[in-house]
Amino acid sequence: MTPRPRLAVWKLASCDGCQLSLLDLEDEILTLAGEVELAYFLEASSDAREGPYDLSIVEGSITTAADAERIRRVRAASRRLVTIGACATAGGIQALRNFADVEDFMSVVYASPEYVSTLATSTPVSEHVKVDYELHGCPIDRRQLLEVISAFLNERRPAIPSHSVCMECKRRGNVCVMVAHGTACLGPVTHAGCGALCPSYDRGCYGCFGPMEDPQPDSLSRWMGAHGAGELDLVRAYRTYNAGAPAFREESIAHER
Amino acid sequence: MSAAVTFELDVLDDLLAALSERGHTLIGPTVRQGAVVYGEIGSAADLPRGVTDEQEPGRYRLGADGGAALFAHNVGPSSWKSHLFPPSLRLWSSRRDGQGELRVEEEPLDERRLAFIGVRACDLQAILVQDRTFLDGAHRDRDYEARRRGCFIVAVNCERSASTCFCVSMGTGPRAEAGFDVALTEIVDAGGHRFLAEPGSERGADLLGALSTRPADGADERAAEAATERAAAGQDRALDTDGIKELLYANLEHPRWDEVADRCLSCGNCTQVCPTCFCTTVDDVTDLTGSEAEHVRRWDSCFSLEHSYIHGGSVRASVRSRYRQWMTHKLATWIDQFGTSGCVGCGRCITWCPVGIDITEEAAAIRATDLREGLEHADA
Repeated sequence: MTPRPRLAVWKLASCDGCQLSLLDLEDEILTLAGEVELAYFLEASSDAREGPYDLSIVEGSITTAADAERIRRVRAASRRLVTIGACATAGGIQALRNFADVEDFMSVVYASPEYVSTLATSTPVSEHVKVDYELHGCPIDRRQLLEVISAFLNERRPAIPSHSVCMECKRRGNVCVMVAHGTACLGPVTHAGCGALCPSYDRGCYGCFGPMEDPQPDSLSRWMGAHGAGELDLVRAYRTYNAGAPAFREESIAHER
Repeated sequence: MSAAVTFELDVLDDLLAALSERGHTLIGPTVRQGAVVYGEIGSAADLPRGVTDEQEPGRYRLGADGGAALFAHNVGPSSWKSHLFPPSLRLWSSRRDGQGELRVEEEPLDERRLAFIGVRACDLQAILVQDRTFLDGAHRDRDYEARRRGCFIVAVNCERSASTCFCVSMGTGPRAEAGFDVALTEIVDAGGHRFLAEPGSERGADLLGALSTRPADGADERAAEAATERAAAGQDRALDTDGIKELLYANLEHPRWDEVADRCLSCGNCTQVCPTCFCTTVDDVTDLTGSEAEHVRRWDSCFSLEHSYIHGGSVRASVRSRYRQWMTHKLATWIDQFGTSGCVGCGRCITWCPVGIDITEEAAAIRATDLREGLEHADA
């Protein structure tokens, strides 16, 4: 019997929500445990085994010097490295610090900021090491995570479209909230993957999955601006979970001036 | 209109019931999420009574000034193609059995027989356009064919136009001319609330024959004619199709493509609401164990980078090239490919573009500054 591929799950600066979606795969988790050796997955087991690993799944962003060093060790021990979630792929909500002075934040938030050792920025894993695949979302979609793991186990390309949320919104048969209700929606510039969750409940897209493959946020902003959105509204629209993703970062900065 | 008959409002339910009895699932206009969409209906009570719509580029709102009329609205975001050419469809699945043998199973055909209630002239043409794509030529789409074969079409002639409609200029409406089983014109006037019905096929005539009708009289015919004339007269948007193929072929490097690319979101909405767009991609997915696989077709769009991805990258990497591809295919190369325009003038791409890009305006802008004329001036 050939040895099972060794899977590791790592956490950097993050909320745990993305790796939790692995445990949320209730119907598939036992099959997965049979197909791979869960060699390192602290959220599931304290039995932490040494590398090397065939597939490392990484959640979280780099916000400390220690994590910047740790991710290099993880990379060195991993044949394939996949990042999951807005933190790991774009710096997460904590990338809001990239637009401000982190010392100012610390002095307001912590009673004794001198105990905090942190970097001035929150950055995606891909800025530090080579990443084999990025799965977007805040949180990621667990079906997509299963698809990525299945793809890697079967050595095929993940079937994860990178087009806009609009495409899956229309495929789902939703009525466009922007056109029919006048609701601001980031769907046209946002990466698909959630199944157009918010528009399915008559809400505009919040951009949880970050920028789509070739986003045109400047045109969307002009339209939203002409239909009532102020500059601050636009800054806030792009500056959420994926604030650090280049297309959203540049667009939010453009409306800050 | 010699075969035309007239029936009263309450007979419409008899018509729907007769279709149900003949085994059809009824799909018709109904209000959902603030728009008129096509979904399963049970009786005329599900139809959007009095509902109208106000449409402009990038904007759609429901109104309520249609009085007692059931078909006072125009086309909404959904089109019949969702029912003939579903957004996502598993084509086959395969499984490795205990002995390691691979078994491939073709997806069973959808045997439901649908009846489309309230198909407008533009959408009738769209169905005929998609027929050419899926049924003509060497490669017939068996799924489309099965759905299409069982489909009964009740057309409804428009009695008003949305501001985004331009069927008159495309020669596709507002009156249904062909491709239906029964065509209705709704008449609400001093003479009552009634429908003028024309059979378009044998089974359409057969259906009408089973209902309580009377031969249409002159007043009915004049009222029906006036209704479609009103719809046509109310249309101020138009697309000049004169030599459009040559126009676009000669203007592939027109600066207007850069201008529209500055506004286009490349989100793909136009292609998803278009009743003739037919592009798909296929995903091959496996389960964790590698013993089961599926081959799934889903709607794609020429606005996605993956659509033109070949080894080495996407052929149409810029928004400019993608918008140009969509519009020139729709209005020009479609003619070479299928012998007809791919545009039926329904206006959906205009209304449902999140930033209100208008295909008629883009075509007009290119015509107004045709590069061929520039060359002639340069020669002179």
